[in-house]
Amino acid sequence: MKPENEPEDFFDKPQNIKLILRVFYVLCALLVIIDFFVARHPHDPHPWEMIPAFYAIYGFVACVILVLVATQMRKLLMRDENYYDRDDLGENLGDAKGDHNAH
Amino acid sequence: MPTNLPPFLLFYIAALLVPLFRGKLRTALLIATPILSFASLFFFDHGYTSHYELLGYTLTPVRVDALSMLFGYLFHIAGFIAIVFSLHVKDTGQHIAGLTYAGSAIGAVFAGDLITLFVFWELLAITSVYLIWARGTERAIKAGLRYLIIQVGSGVLLLAGTVLHVQQTGSIDFNFIGMDGGLSSWLILIAFGIKSAFPFMHNWLTDAYPEATPTGTVFLSAMTTKVAVCMLARGFPGTELLIYVGCAMAVFPIFFAVIENDLRRVLAYSMINQIGFMVVGVGIGTDLAVNGAVAHAFNDVIFKGLLMMTMGAVLHQTGKINGSELGGLYKSMPYTTIFCIVGAASISAFPLFSGFVSKAMVMSALLHEGYNVVWLFMLFSAAGVFHHAGIKIPFFAFFAHDSGIRVSKPPINMLIAMSIAATLCIGIGCFPSVLYGLLPRGDVDYHPYDYTHIVTQLQLLFFSAGAFVWLNLNGLYPPELRSTNLDVEWLYRKAAPWLLGGIGAAIALVDNGVRRAFLAMLSWNGQRFEKTFSEKGVMGGTWSTSVMAFWTAILLGVFLLLYYF
Repeated sequence: MKPENEPEDFFDKPQNIKLILRVFYVLCALLVIIDFFVARHPHDPHPWEMIPAFYAIYGFVACVILVLVATQMRKLLMRDENYYDRDDLGENLGDAKGDHNAH
Repeated sequence: MPTNLPPFLLFYIAALLVPLFRGKLRTALLIATPILSFASLFFFDHGYTSHYELLGYTLTPVRVDALSMLFGYLFHIAGFIAIVFSLHVKDTGQHIAGLTYAGSAIGAVFAGDLITLFVFWELLAITSVYLIWARGTERAIKAGLRYLIIQVGSGVLLLAGTVLHVQQTGSIDFNFIGMDGGLSSWLILIAFGIKSAFPFMHNWLTDAYPEATPTGTVFLSAMTTKVAVCMLARGFPGTELLIYVGCAMAVFPIFFAVIENDLRRVLAYSMINQIGFMVVGVGIGTDLAVNGAVAHAFNDVIFKGLLMMTMGAVLHQTGKINGSELGGLYKSMPYTTIFCIVGAASISAFPLFSGFVSKAMVMSALLHEGYNVVWLFMLFSAAGVFHHAGIKIPFFAFFAHDSGIRVSKPPINMLIAMSIAATLCIGIGCFPSVLYGLLPRGDVDYHPYDYTHIVTQLQLLFFSAGAFVWLNLNGLYPPELRSTNLDVEWLYRKAAPWLLGGIGAAIALVDNGVRRAFLAMLSWNGQRFEKTFSEKGVMGGTWSTSVMAFWTAILLGVFLLLYYF
C-alpha cells in the first residue's frame, strides 16, 4: 500500500484507470471496424489472413489460451520457492550416509 | 595503423589495465575502450583476413565480412551500454570480466576458423562466469558452477565436432557446415545449440542469468546467445530442422514466462522466445529470412538489454526482483518506467519500435516459403511476447498494486545507459534502413511500414492487451506467487542427484554385504585355525609323555610289521 501522507497520484484514482480503459476499448473497436472498410494487401497471404479482424481474434484467443494453459501448468510444475535449495540438504545427508558406510 | 589490430585486442588490454586505475581514470578507461575499438573497426575492409600457421594448419583469427562486421558493431554497442550501466560498480573483478567477456564475443564472431572459434567459445564461458559468482549468494555460486559446466561442455562438443570435420574436409576453415557431415555436423550443431538455448538445452540460461549481478546480466544477455545465433547463421543457414527447433523455442518459454515470479527470469524465458525467431530465420535460409534473423538478433540485444537494465535498476534500488513483492515503482522510478515501456514496446514489435522492423522479416519469409502452420505458431508466440514481456514486466514492477516501496533514483550512469538503449530502440524502429544497410545478405527489399503490416500488427497487440485486461478484470489472471517452476533442469538438479544417490546407495549396500560376508568368513576361518593350532588345540598343545610313549610304541610296532613282510 502507498504511504498515507502521500498525495493521490494519477494512476491511484480509479476514474483515471476507467478513462484509460475506455480509450483503449475505443481504439480496439476502431482497429476492427477499419478492417471492414480498407482492404489489406499482404504479399503472401495466409489462407486465414483475409478473414476480417483475423489478427484481433487470433491475438485475443491466443493470449487467453496462453494464460489459461499456463495457469493449469502451475498445478503440475509449481513448487515452493526453495525447492532446489533443499536438495543441498539431501545431498549433505547422502554424503553423511556415504561416510558412515565407509567406516 | 590499427588495421592489423584484432578487434578484440583492445578489450583484453583494457582488462589488464583496469586494476591499475581508480576513480575517474578508470571510468575514462572503461568508456574509451569500446569507443576506440569501435572506431578501429572502420579501418577493416570487407574481405580482410589475417592468417597464422600453427602445427601445419592455417589459423584465421580475423575474418571480416558483412556478417562478422554486423555482430562486431553490435557487441561494441552492447558492450559500451553495459559498461556505462556498470560504471558505479566498485568490484574490479566485474569490470575485468565484463571487458574480457565482450572481447571474447567479438573474437568469436570474427573467428575465421574452427580452432580460433573454439578458443573464444571457451573464453566466453570462463570470462562470464564471474559476473554470476560476483553476486556472492550461495544460489549464484551454484548456478554459476552449473553454467560453467554446461558452457564448457558445449566447447568440448565443438572441439570434437571440429576434429571430425577436419578429418573429413582437411580444412579448419569455418564456413557453411550444413548437415551433410554426419556426426561432425551434429556435434557442431549441438554445441551451437547449447549456447543458443535450444529446447532441452536451454535451462542454463534461465538458471544462471537471473542469479547474476544486476549489471552482469546486462552483459550476459547481450553476448553468448547472439554469438551462437551468428554461428548458426554462418554454419547452418537453410537447415530445415532449425525451423521446427526455432518454432518450439518461440512457443514453449512463453508459458513459463507467464507463471514465473522472478522478473529477470521472465526476461530470460522471453529471450529464448526471441532467439526462436532468429533460429527459424536461419532455418529458412533465404536472403530475407537470414537478414531478418540477423536484424532481429541486433535489435534483440538492444531491447532485451534495455529491459534487463530496467530490471537491474529495480533490483539495485529495491533489492527485490519478484513480481509478488514489487509494484507501484513508477512513482519513485519514473525514468526507469519509461525506459521499460520503450523496451517492452520494442520487444512486442510495436510500430516505430525496433522489433517491428525485424521480426516481421522472419514472419514474411515463413509465408513466402509456404510454412503456414509454423507461421500460426510464431504468430501465437508473437502475441504471447507482448503478453508477458510487453505487459507483465512493466505492469507488475511499476504499476499493479502499490507495494509501498519508495526508493531514490538509480545512479546516473544507469539512467544514461538505459537512455542510450531506448534511443536506439526508437531510432532503429523509425529509420530501419540504417540497420538494413548492414545486413549480410545484401540489400533488403523489405518495407515494414505499409498499411497492412501496421494495422495487422496493431490488431494483434491491442487484442493481446485486451485479453490481459479481460483476464485481469475477471480474476482469471494467475497472481504472482513466490514459487519455483519445474523445467528440464529438474532432470539434472533433482532426478540425477536422486538417481546417482540411489545408485550410490545400492552400490554401498552390495559393497557392505560383500565386505561383511568376507569378514565373517575370514573370522570364522581364523577361529577354526586358532582352535586347531592354539595351545589347547589338537595340533598346537603340549602332549603328555605317556601319550608320546604310546604313539612311539605304536609306530615301532607298525615298523616291525612292515619289516617282516
